[in-house]
Amino acid sequence: MGALQSLPGEPEYVDLAKKTGFSFEQIGILHKRFKQLSHNEDTLVREHFRKIPDLESNPIRSQIIEAFFDRRNFRQNGEGTVEAIGFEEFLVIMSHFRPPSLHVTEEQREAVRRDKLRFLFNMHDTDNDGTITLEEYRHVVEELLSLSEALEKDTAKSIADAAMLEVASISMGHMEPDEFYEGITFEHFLKLLNGFEIESRMNIRFLNMDTTTLFALSRVSKETCQHL
Amino acid sequence: MTSGTGPRGRPGAGRGLPERGLLLLLVLVLLEGSVVFPLGAASSPDVDPRGHSEDRAVAEESQNYSKKAFPVLSLDYHHIHVPFEIALWVLLASLMKLGFHLIPRLSSIVPESCLLIVVGLLVGGFIKLAGEKVPPVLDSQSFFLCLLPPIILDAGYFLPIRPFMENLGTILMFAVVGTLWNAFFVGGLLYAVCQIQPGNPSDLHNLELLPCLLFASIISAVDPVAVLAVFEEIHINELLHILVFGESLLNDAVTVVLYHLFEEYSGAGTVTILDGVLGVISFLVVALGGVLVGAIYGFLAAFTSRFTSHVRVIEPLFVFVYSYMAYLSAEMFHLSGIMALIACGAVMRPYVEANISHKSHTTIKYFLKMWSSVSETLIFIFLGVATVDGPHSWNWTFVTVTVLLCLVSRVIGVIGLTFVINKFRIVKLTTKDQFIVAYGGLRGAIAFSLGFLLEEKHFPMRDMFLTAIITVIFFTVFVQGMTIKPLVELLAVKKKQEAKRTINEEIHTQFLDHLLTGIEDICGHYGHHHWKDKLNRINKKYVKKCLIADERGREPQLIAFYHKMEMKQAIELVESGGGFKPPSALPSTVSMQNIQPKKPAAAKPVQRALPQLPKGREEEIRTILRSNLQRTRQRLRSYNRHTLVADPYEEGFSDFIIKKQKIIELEKKIIHMNNLTLPAAPPDSPTLCRARLASGTETDFKPAQQQKGKQSSPDPQAYRPKRDSVPTIQVDLASPQSPDSVNLMDEFRANGSRREEEEDQGLTMRPRGEDGRREQLTRCLSDPGPSADEDEDEPFLP
Repeated sequence: MGALQSLPGEPEYVDLAKKTGFSFEQIGILHKRFKQLSHNEDTLVREHFRKIPDLESNPIRSQIIEAFFDRRNFRQNGEGTVEAIGFEEFLVIMSHFRPPSLHVTEEQREAVRRDKLRFLFNMHDTDNDGTITLEEYRHVVEELLSLSEALEKDTAKSIADAAMLEVASISMGHMEPDEFYEGITFEHFLKLLNGFEIESRMNIRFLNMDTTTLFALSRVSKETCQHL
Repeated sequence: MTSGTGPRGRPGAGRGLPERGLLLLLVLVLLEGSVVFPLGAASSPDVDPRGHSEDRAVAEESQNYSKKAFPVLSLDYHHIHVPFEIALWVLLASLMKLGFHLIPRLSSIVPESCLLIVVGLLVGGFIKLAGEKVPPVLDSQSFFLCLLPPIILDAGYFLPIRPFMENLGTILMFAVVGTLWNAFFVGGLLYAVCQIQPGNPSDLHNLELLPCLLFASIISAVDPVAVLAVFEEIHINELLHILVFGESLLNDAVTVVLYHLFEEYSGAGTVTILDGVLGVISFLVVALGGVLVGAIYGFLAAFTSRFTSHVRVIEPLFVFVYSYMAYLSAEMFHLSGIMALIACGAVMRPYVEANISHKSHTTIKYFLKMWSSVSETLIFIFLGVATVDGPHSWNWTFVTVTVLLCLVSRVIGVIGLTFVINKFRIVKLTTKDQFIVAYGGLRGAIAFSLGFLLEEKHFPMRDMFLTAIITVIFFTVFVQGMTIKPLVELLAVKKKQEAKRTINEEIHTQFLDHLLTGIEDICGHYGHHHWKDKLNRINKKYVKKCLIADERGREPQLIAFYHKMEMKQAIELVESGGGFKPPSALPSTVSMQNIQPKKPAAAKPVQRALPQLPKGREEEIRTILRSNLQRTRQRLRSYNRHTLVADPYEEGFSDFIIKKQKIIELEKKIIHMNNLTLPAAPPDSPTLCRARLASGTETDFKPAQQQKGKQSSPDPQAYRPKRDSVPTIQVDLASPQSPDSVNLMDEFRANGSRREEEEDQGLTMRPRGEDGRREQLTRCLSDPGPSADEDEDEPFLP
C-alpha cells in the first residue's frame, strides 16, 4: 500500500496533470483505485471492470465498459478498441467527467460541451462510422430499459423510433417520403441536445473534501487490505 | 352574497372615470364599506355614513323588528358574524387579485404582493376612519393554522424534486448556517448599537442581549410566501429559484428552534453552554422530526390512495387531510410544521399520482393553487391591515439599524457561504447568482406573526419590535421586490427555459444518470449518483409495489414519458385538424419511413402511392386514439353516482344504447344488401376485420410502429389506403357494455349509415370536414391521463 502512495508533485504526475487537468491529489486517488481494480497490475482489462460489484446492476454496463476501451475517447484521434488500458488512458477517460472550472470563457465552455457530447456520441455510435443509426439508437434504448422487469422490446423499439423521428425532424426539417435519414451525425447530435446543459451535468466529483471521499477512501483501503 | 352586488353596481354608475385604477379603488371602497357596515349595524347604533340601498333596507328591517311582536324578518348578524366576515375578506382578496390582473400595465411594474399590501393599508385605513376597531386579522393562530399551510403544501406537493435534491447541500447551508449567522450577526450588532447610545432619549439601552437575539432570529429568516410571490413573476432559472425558495422553506426549523430557545431564556436571562448543546439537539429533533412526521403521513396517504379506485370523489381529500394532519401533528410537538408539510407533499406525490384518477389529479392541482393563491393574497392584505392597526412605537435608530444590519448580514452571509460552498459544488455559483440569492432574501408574514406571538409582559419592547419587523418586511417586499425584476434583466441572469422536454433529452437524462452512476462506481467513490441509484432501486423494488395499485404506474420513467408524449402527439394531431394532415408540430414533417433502415424494394411503389400519409403514422394515430379513448371511457365509467360533476357523456345513456342497436341493425342490413348487390366487395373487409381484432386487445396499449416493418409482406390486416376511402373512426364514448365500441368503419358501411352516425352522440372522426364532430372529439381527448398535462404545471409553482 505504501508503495502506491505517490506524493503529490511527483514528476510522472506532472505530465498527466497537464494532460488531463486533474490535480495531483485527484490523480493520486484515481491511481489507487486503478491499482485496486487491476489488482496491482499495470493495465486494466474488461474482466476487471466486470468484477466491480456495484456496476453489475447498471443497465448500460457493457456500454460503459466499452467506452473505456474505445480509442476514440483517448483524445488521440485513434480508432477502434483496445484490449487493455493503462493508467494514463484510464485517467484520460475519467477526465471527460471533470467539471469545468468556475471561470471559463464562452469558447472554453463550448469546447467542454463538445468534448462531453462527443463522449456520449461515441458510446452510442458503436460501429464508429460517424452516425448513430436507428439500429444503434434502438440498442441504446433497449439497454437503458433492460433492467425493468416487464421488458417489452417493442416499447423500447418504438421509443427509439420516436426519438429518431424527432432527431430527423429537428435536423432535417421536411423530408420527402422517399428520402432516407441515415442516422444522427455529430452535428445533429449537438443540435439535438442543445438545451441539455451537458457541461453542467456530465460531471463527477473526483475529489471531495467532505466525508464521502473519506468514507470511500476508507472503504477502498479496507477492500485493498482484504484483497491482499 | 349581498356585498357582491353592491360593488358591482357602483362602478357601473361611475363609468365616466377614465382610469381603471380608480374604478378598482371604488370597488375597494365599496367593498370596504360593506365590511364596515355590518359591523356598525351590529355593534353600534350610529349608521355608516356611506349608506346605500342595502343599508336602508336593513334599517327598515330593524324598525320592523322593534315594532312587531313576532318578527317576520329579523336581523341576527351575530349569528353569522364570523363566517360572513371571513367570506367577505376572501371575496375582497379574490376581487383584488382579479382587478390586479385586469390592469396589465400595473402588473408589469409592481409585484402583486406590493399592491396587495397597499390594498390592505387602504382597507385598514378606511376601517380606522370609520371609527371601527380593526379586527385582529393577522393573529398568529389563524395565520399558522389556516393561512400558511395551503401555501406550503402547494409548494411541497409540486416541489421540483430533482433540482432540490441536487442542490440540497447548498440549500441546507444557506438555510441553516445562513440563518444562524443572520440571527447572531444582527442580534449581536443590534445589541451593541443599543448599548453605545446611552444618551438616546428612548430606553433602547435597556434592551438586553437575549431579546435582541430573539428579535434577530425572527427577522433573519427568509420568508417562503414573499419569495414565492416575487420569484413567480421574475421567471428566474431553476437553480436560483430552488436555492432561494428551498432556503426559505428549510430555514423554518432553525427559526422555530431559535425562537423557542430565546423566548425560553429571555425570562431566565442566562444561557449556559448546556443550553447551547440542547439547542443544537433540539434543532436536529425539530428538523428531522418534522421530516419524519411528514414522511409518515405521506406514506399513509400514498397507501390510502391505493384503495380509492372505487370512490374517486374523495381522492383529493386524502391528500389535503393527510397533509394537514402532518402539519398539525408536527406543530403539536413544536416540530417544524413547514418541513413536515414539504416532506409529506413530496413523499406522497409520485405514488398518489400513479393511483388517483386524472380528474382527481386536476382537482388537487386546482385546489392547491386556489387555496395557496387566496391565502397568499389574504396574507399580504392582512399584513397591510395589521400595519395600520398595530400599536406602533417608532424608533428611528432601532428601525434603521435593523434594516441596514439585515441587508449587510445577508450579503456577507451569502458571499461567505458561497465561498465555502463553491469548493464543493460542481456547478459553481457565479457572482450574479450570489447577488440574486442575497437580493432575493425577502422577509414576510411569518416573521410578523412570530413577532405578534411575543408577550407584552416579557417583552416590553414588543411594539417596537413589531414596527421594526414591519419596516423590514415592507423594505424587502417593496424595494427589493420591485427592483429585482429590472435587476435580473439588467444583469442578464439566465431565465427559466420554457422549452418542452424532448424524448431525446429524456433518453439522455436517463442515460447520463446511469453513466454517471457507473463512472462513480468505477472510481469507487460513493457520491450523489450512487446513492440516488440505490434509492431508486429500493423505491422500485419495494416501495412502489406496496403503494401503487396499478401496474402501469410502475413502469420505468422513460416508458411513462414516452406514453405521455405519444398521447400528447395524438391530441395535437386531432386538434390540428382531421388527423390526417400532419400537424404543425415538428416530428411529423419527417415520417417514419424516412428513418427506416431497410426499405424493402417491393414496398416502394405502394408507399409512393401513399399521398403524404405513411402507414405507420396513421396506424399509430389510430392505435393511440383507440386505446386512449377507451381508457378515457373507462375512467369516466369509474365514476359512480357520487360523482358531483354531471358528465355530458353520461347523460342519456339509454339514447346511446338505442342508437347503437339501430346502427347494428342497419349494419346487418347493409351487409346483407351488399352481399346481394355487390358481390365484389368482400363482406368482411380487412379493415373491419382488423378493427375487430384490435378492439379485443385494445386495453393493453401497444405503439404501432412495430408493424410498419412488415409492410412488404402480404399482411392480411394491412390497411390499404385509397384516397376516397379513408376510413372513419367512430368512437362511442359512453356505451358501457360493448367492448368494441371503437369501430373502424370502412366506406362500404359508412355510406349507408352515415346519416345515422351523424345523429349518434358518439364521437366521430373523419379525414375531412365535420368540424362540429371534431370538436367533440377534441374535448374528450383533452383528458389525457394523470400525468399527461405536466407541461401545464410550471416546474415552479406560484
